[in-house]
Amino acid sequence: MLSAMDRISTFFAMGGYAAYVWPAFAIAAVVMVVLVIATLQTLRRREREIADLIKGRPQRPGPR
Amino acid sequence: MRMAAAVLPWSTAATILLIATGLVWGLFFSPPDYQQGESVRIIYVHVPSAWMALFIYSCMAAASASALIWRHPLGDLVARAASPIGACFTFIALVTGSLWGKPMWGTWWVWDARLTSMLILFFLYLGHMALLNAFDDANRGNRAAAILAIVGFINVPIIKFSVDWWNTLHQPESVFRLGGPSIDPSILWPLLIMGLGFTFFFVTLLLLRVRSEFLAARLRVAAAGR
Repeated sequence: MLSAMDRISTFFAMGGYAAYVWPAFAIAAVVMVVLVIATLQTLRRREREIADLIKGRPQRPGPR
Repeated sequence: MRMAAAVLPWSTAATILLIATGLVWGLFFSPPDYQQGESVRIIYVHVPSAWMALFIYSCMAAASASALIWRHPLGDLVARAASPIGACFTFIALVTGSLWGKPMWGTWWVWDARLTSMLILFFLYLGHMALLNAFDDANRGNRAAAILAIVGFINVPIIKFSVDWWNTLHQPESVFRLGGPSIDPSILWPLLIMGLGFTFFFVTLLLLRVRSEFLAARLRVAAAGR
C-alpha cells in the first residue's frame, strides 16, 4: 500500500510527464486569470472616468 | 445592458462550478490513456481552448457582419470585446498543444494543416486587434477589423476539416464527427464539462468587456466633443 505522501508524489509525477502536464495547466490558468484581471481593471477605470465626466470633474489624461 | 447585469452572476457561478468540476474530474477521477499515459490529461485544457478559439472567432465574424451589413451598433462592441478572449484561447491551444506534442510526437511543432491553420487563426486575431486601434477614428478601425473578421472566417471550416482534408500529424476528429464521439465516456464527460465551463468563462468575460467597450465608446464621443 502506498503511503499518503507516495500517492501525492505519484500524482504530481503524472507518469513521468509532469514537465509537460503541469506547465500546460499552469499556462492556461495564468492566461485566463490575467485576462480576467485586465478586463476588470479596464472596466473599473472606464467606469470611474464616466462617473467623473457626469459629475463634471476635470479629466485626467490617459489612454481610453 | 440590464439583462447583461442580471445574467452576469449566474454566468460567473456556472463558470466557476463547471471548470472546478471538470478539473477535479479530469485530474483525479479520469483514467490515463493506454498509449499516452498521464499526458492525455492535457486534453482537458488543450481541446476546450481550441474549441473556444473557433467558437469565438465565429461569434466575432457574426458580430462583424451584423455591424457591417445591418449597422447594428452592438456588433462592433461585441467584436471588440471578443477578440482578445479568442486570441488568448488560441494561444493556450497552441502552447498546450506543443507541450502535448513534444512527449507524444517527439516535436514541439510541425507544419501540418491543423497546426498551421490554428497559427493563422492566432495571427488573424492579432491583426483584428491591431486594426481596431490603427485609426484615429474608431469607426474606421471597427470597419476595417470587421472586414478582416468576415474574410478570415474561411479559416474556421479549414481548421475544422484540416485533419480530414490533409494528411496531418494531428489526430482526426474524435468528438464532433459523423457517427458521434470516439472518445471513451470516462474522458469525454470531463472534457465536455471543461468545454462548457470555458464557454461560460467566455460569456462572463464578454458581458464585462462589452460593457467596458460601450463605456469606452461613450468616452471617445465625450472627448471628441470637447
